[in-house]
Amino acid sequence: MKTQETTSRPDNTAFTQQRLPAWQPVLSAGIVIPGFLFIGLAFIGIGIGLFITSQSIQVLERDYTGTGSSSACSNCVSSNISCFCQLNFSLSALFPGPVFFYYGLSNYYQNVRKYGVSRDDEQLWGDVSKSPCSTCGPYQYSQNMTIAPCGAIANSMFNDSFTLYQLVNMTKKTVPLDGKGIAWWTDYSIKFRNPTEVYGSLAAAFNGTVKPVNWAKPVYDLDPSNPANNGFLNQDFLVWMRTAALPDFWKLYRRINAGDYVSGLPAGNYTLEIQYNYPVADFGRKSVIFTNVAWMGARNSFLGIAYLVMGFLCVVMSMVMLIVYAKFNTPGEDS
Amino acid sequence: MLRRGLNRLLGGDESRVDSRTVYVGHRPSPTAPAFVPSKFCDNRIVSSKYTVWNFLPKNLFEQFRRIANFYFLIIFLVQVIVDTPTSPVTSGLPLFFVITVTAIKQGYEDWLRHKADNEVNKYPVLVLENGQRTQKESEKIKVGDIVEVLEDKTFPCDLILLKSSRDDDTCFVTTASLDGESNHKTHYTVPDLDSDLVVLNATIECEQPQPDLYKFVGRMHIHKDNQEPAVRSLGPENLLLKGATLKNTRAVYGVAVYTGMETKMALNYQGKSQKRSVVEKSINGFLLVYLCILLSKALVCTTLKYVWQSRPGQDEPWYNQKTLKEKEANVFLKMFTDFLSFMVLFNFIIPVSMYVTVEMQKFLGSFFITWDRDFLDQEIQEGALVNTSDLNEELGQVEYVFTDKTGTLTQNNMEFIECCIDGFQYKYQNLHMEVDGFCVTDGPVSKLQQKAEQEKEELFLRALCLCHTVQVKEAGQGVSSADQVDGLDVTSAMEQRGFIASSPDEVALVKGAMKFGFTFLGLECKSMKIMNRSKKIEAYELLHVLNFDPVRRRMSVIVRSAEGETLLFCKGADSSIFPRVKQEEVDRIRMHVERNATEGYRTLCVAYKQLSNEVFARVDGQLREARLALQDREEKLMAVYNQVEIGMSLIGATAVEDRLQEEAAETMEALQSAGIKVWVLTGDKMETAKSTCYACRLFQRSTELLELTVRTLEEGGRKREERLHELLQDYHRRAVQDAPPLKGGVTRSWSSAAQEYGFIIDGATLSLVLNTSDAISSSHKNLFLQICQNCTAVLCCRMAPLQKAQIVKMVKNSKGSPITLSVGDGANDVSMILEAHVGIGIKGKEGRQAVRNSDYAIPKLKHLKKLLLAHGHLYYVRIAHLVQYFFYKNLCFILPQFLYQFFCGYSQQPLYDAAYLTMYNICFTSMPILAYSLLEQHICIEVLLENATLYRQVAKNAMLRWCPFLCWTILGVFQGLLFFFGVHSLFGNSALQDNGQVFGNWSFGTIVFTVLVFTVTLKLALDTRHWTWINHFVIWGSLAFYVFFSFFWGGIIWPFLKQQRLYFVFANMLSSVSAWLVIILLILLSLLPDILVVVLRKPQGPYAQQKKPAGHSSTGGPQSFSRPLLMRTFSDESENTVL
Repeated sequence: MKTQETTSRPDNTAFTQQRLPAWQPVLSAGIVIPGFLFIGLAFIGIGIGLFITSQSIQVLERDYTGTGSSSACSNCVSSNISCFCQLNFSLSALFPGPVFFYYGLSNYYQNVRKYGVSRDDEQLWGDVSKSPCSTCGPYQYSQNMTIAPCGAIANSMFNDSFTLYQLVNMTKKTVPLDGKGIAWWTDYSIKFRNPTEVYGSLAAAFNGTVKPVNWAKPVYDLDPSNPANNGFLNQDFLVWMRTAALPDFWKLYRRINAGDYVSGLPAGNYTLEIQYNYPVADFGRKSVIFTNVAWMGARNSFLGIAYLVMGFLCVVMSMVMLIVYAKFNTPGEDS
Repeated sequence: MLRRGLNRLLGGDESRVDSRTVYVGHRPSPTAPAFVPSKFCDNRIVSSKYTVWNFLPKNLFEQFRRIANFYFLIIFLVQVIVDTPTSPVTSGLPLFFVITVTAIKQGYEDWLRHKADNEVNKYPVLVLENGQRTQKESEKIKVGDIVEVLEDKTFPCDLILLKSSRDDDTCFVTTASLDGESNHKTHYTVPDLDSDLVVLNATIECEQPQPDLYKFVGRMHIHKDNQEPAVRSLGPENLLLKGATLKNTRAVYGVAVYTGMETKMALNYQGKSQKRSVVEKSINGFLLVYLCILLSKALVCTTLKYVWQSRPGQDEPWYNQKTLKEKEANVFLKMFTDFLSFMVLFNFIIPVSMYVTVEMQKFLGSFFITWDRDFLDQEIQEGALVNTSDLNEELGQVEYVFTDKTGTLTQNNMEFIECCIDGFQYKYQNLHMEVDGFCVTDGPVSKLQQKAEQEKEELFLRALCLCHTVQVKEAGQGVSSADQVDGLDVTSAMEQRGFIASSPDEVALVKGAMKFGFTFLGLECKSMKIMNRSKKIEAYELLHVLNFDPVRRRMSVIVRSAEGETLLFCKGADSSIFPRVKQEEVDRIRMHVERNATEGYRTLCVAYKQLSNEVFARVDGQLREARLALQDREEKLMAVYNQVEIGMSLIGATAVEDRLQEEAAETMEALQSAGIKVWVLTGDKMETAKSTCYACRLFQRSTELLELTVRTLEEGGRKREERLHELLQDYHRRAVQDAPPLKGGVTRSWSSAAQEYGFIIDGATLSLVLNTSDAISSSHKNLFLQICQNCTAVLCCRMAPLQKAQIVKMVKNSKGSPITLSVGDGANDVSMILEAHVGIGIKGKEGRQAVRNSDYAIPKLKHLKKLLLAHGHLYYVRIAHLVQYFFYKNLCFILPQFLYQFFCGYSQQPLYDAAYLTMYNICFTSMPILAYSLLEQHICIEVLLENATLYRQVAKNAMLRWCPFLCWTILGVFQGLLFFFGVHSLFGNSALQDNGQVFGNWSFGTIVFTVLVFTVTLKLALDTRHWTWINHFVIWGSLAFYVFFSFFWGGIIWPFLKQQRLYFVFANMLSSVSAWLVIILLILLSLLPDILVVVLRKPQGPYAQQKKPAGHSSTGGPQSFSRPLLMRTFSDESENTVL
């Protein structure tokens, strides 16, 4: 490049002369030590809050993979057809509500790249007539018909179902499980859409498509109890379609927030009836989790501890700096 | 007969190769009946590189020849061909952007060149065709055309001047656009030519085109009806160069000899060789490291993937079955594509945008040099000039400065101080009292009349008046061209008279003679007129000028006086005159010469010789013959000159003072305390140069001088080689072995109390050291280098231009390959300017060649101080930080993505969305670092200038060595690990909202990415020591833009995207308190090391000093900034009741 002599008479501005007014941050001890102390105390405060909250959250986790001797559902591990099993637990005190009911899978890689892209967002937006995109393979077509919803994620949707009973006076009392609002609101109302119903029938809208290979029921028939909870807008389906970040994950199944259980699960014995369909025993485990949720989400001791450590670190550093200052300042002043 | 013989000799076949024949006006010559119009190229100038048709392929080809671009192209192609985790867009878009911007820039520059070419090529010119003046476009001119050029027009091609409108057959020309010399140069028509060009029948034989602007040899054969063709020699004085402008002459006619791309101007367009900076080499080194990291990452992941897959149930779980095609694929092919996929996934670690940012930084940054008003010289109304922006940072790394003396250290503004005639000293004392300068009888000149014989005096003064090539500027022109400074000197005498000369010495001498009563009136029709003391005008016929050249170091004129005497006057350096005059005369004058030289004056000796008619006739013949020679003309002329200039008698010597440049001493002192070694390379004699060195404070009183000159070599009376060896050994022992060992940290200790040494060597001895080619010489060279490196200043005198370059090269290639800088103002400095890492041209009086060939040009030497100490230092710090920061930010960008592979089955799942991957380097983090690298002043400019020692902080590429690189890399790794595992721990369960909903993998990536963007931006904010509003705007703006973009990107279902994976992820993340808390925690934790460093590090510069008024700073300043910042600030603040 060549700067010609057109600039022989340079502009005399602050910018061209590199004399823009500038602020030079000087981190003086008067700022740094109280700053560190303040941050440290704030972090300790937050950390204590987080820690206490996290500790107050109750978690009840029960593995029901069925492998291992005393495990529940061991009868179902080898059966190929749908199988029922029971999981009993008792609460000695009230499990404060609202109680959230999760299922958990471990060593299950929802984040494998090929798996993660094996979906067709346009199809899920209601366009079932188009041919599904190639990333859906090998779950694109079945019997020469388009699979709806296509792809590996949909095909492998978690299909165990649970019913919770409280044993009251030796009778089973069904605990109502609420499946509303367990998926992201934006998924439910914007990102996913059902195809336009034909004469009021969702099934007709899915004409020309077949159900995913592993599914027992077609997508428009996922929740027979609630016609609005069908098709691509089925809440369980939406939850499943949001792929997990890590191989061990929880997914929200139901909330317990109705009837006698608004304030939580009272002390007593409970039975969870499981329709055992989902095979994971070959590579991982599955479990059910009951927990309550605080402002920071489910139980997570990491944040609280991290904040406490960081807070203490800051306070200690401010102390060290103060000592350094106190020790070296006075003789330094005279010389 | 002689001419015919020459004709035959040169008319052979071989000369067709070396010379071309031009038929003036395309008229066939009678002697060569077969008129074959030779094929010469047309007069079209093509400086453009591209045409509309070949622009795209040619430009793309050139761009992809750059390694970096090629690498990104390969990555892009891999993405297109292989099924890779990220879409080709992620790397294609930045590459496309870079390529397009570069192509547009180059295309625009080429368009400008096309425009300029067209302007030149379509320019209307007047061509004489069969006696008719016809107007043509410039590009239609053919070799042999006779072209008419009017005043103030530029010559359309290289012309041989045939006819001028001036009476004395001359014309004036400025070559400002060629070499920048704005003084008028005289060119002559071919002598004794028919005035009627229509009937002129002549051929010109001249050499093939060559780029040297100042060389031309040719011959013209003039044919007259059946007569023997007359031959005229043609030299550079007959050649009008394309690009030069006609001045003070109404019109000239010339015949085109070189056209189009064969003109000397076009041949000089060849670009200089590219200089590369040390920083670039460091970048390439780091790049290699990162490439290794990239490859090993990909390799590790590929290996682990197959190890992991070999466990049962992992390769193909029931929920994620392979397609038929995947099952059938060859396992090795799969491994290979997996490897490539990993490469693509991690390729962002080598940032495409770094090159763009570095280029932009250099390009924009160089404007600060041109804009700097401190470089603006009031006299010439020009500032600094940047010819290349690639070397900005090199200015901060200079270890050796090689400087020319005349015109660089000194002003090259000569003043006649005294003279010595026949052993008597004459001093011209009260200059200002002398108004008219024609003083005849009394006043200071009276002394003159008392001492030497009248005859000798007058002879001496006549010699001064005659022996030169000065022209008198005509009175009328004085006003109009008063703005021309170069070479022009307007006297304050009553007459509006100026002298124009190529060398200021000559003007000083002529003016000196004028003050003693002899005035040079001018050259008219080969007769030189001088006015003597008795106001009588004497006329001398100028017979020959034996031009000055640096090898002979003298010049002569042969004149014939009115009485018919033929005289030769010669002036030159003492060393070149003394051997050619009688010895007893020398002894009388030598003392004066040496004393003058030690006082720092430039001395010249004047000698004369009377030529008898026979001798003159012989010499005349020889000179004419030599001038006609087509080959080796220079050598032949030189031989004749040397033959003539012997047996002269010495009349006297002159002393001319060359004043030091403004602030030359301060500048040199500052450079030395900055740890830079200054070498003075000059063609001047040792005593003069030495005194200049003392005056510049390069040598101090206490400096012990080690001399290695012809004189010291001859002292011992033994063979030179032996003595040389002995001296070198001795000096080496003193300067190197006995010197105290250097302290570990400070490699260039200067301020220590040890004895300082200065070294002096002259050209003859240097060639003895360097050029003898055997084993001893290499040991000599080694010794010499070691001695020089331990001396604070080195003076090399009596240097030929090539030797200057040789010295620079030797130091450049010595151990540790130090960065060298050459500064000079004249044509003789060009070779060393081109040789050194950085070449600085001074816009001085000796023309503009140095400026044209330099990398940076400054008006005065004093500007070197700011250029190096302030600009160079800042540029280096800026770009070093830029480079380190770029690598760092990409390391902690990609490391989490690498770590994620361990948790996703090595499936090349990207952690971040494609948009983030693409935008990270282009938008989110590029602007703050660019602003930083343009505006940062970690120490403010005034302080840098005051404390030259600060320059040593960045010496030896301090900020780009492996140690700081390692620190940055460790920081990057630390932060990358923290980002990933921090968020990973948070995702122990993914229900992070108070409504119990869970986050997916894109939320995970977005949290990591948010932490990343904030951390790297705030890290830069912590490093910024100079916050202007631009920094604020760009840093906070970038963060705001990131947040805004994330909302925008996640807020819309994008119809062109196949996967809406980021839809509302960012907004959802912000609705989670846990996400907020973890982001804040991780940002603070990652910045903690930096905060600690900022708080605890020793303050970089004396900020305290700069706040206080200058008067107080000297007492309390130095102490306060040697202590750590923390303590100092405490003591500065009275209220420390913080607890």
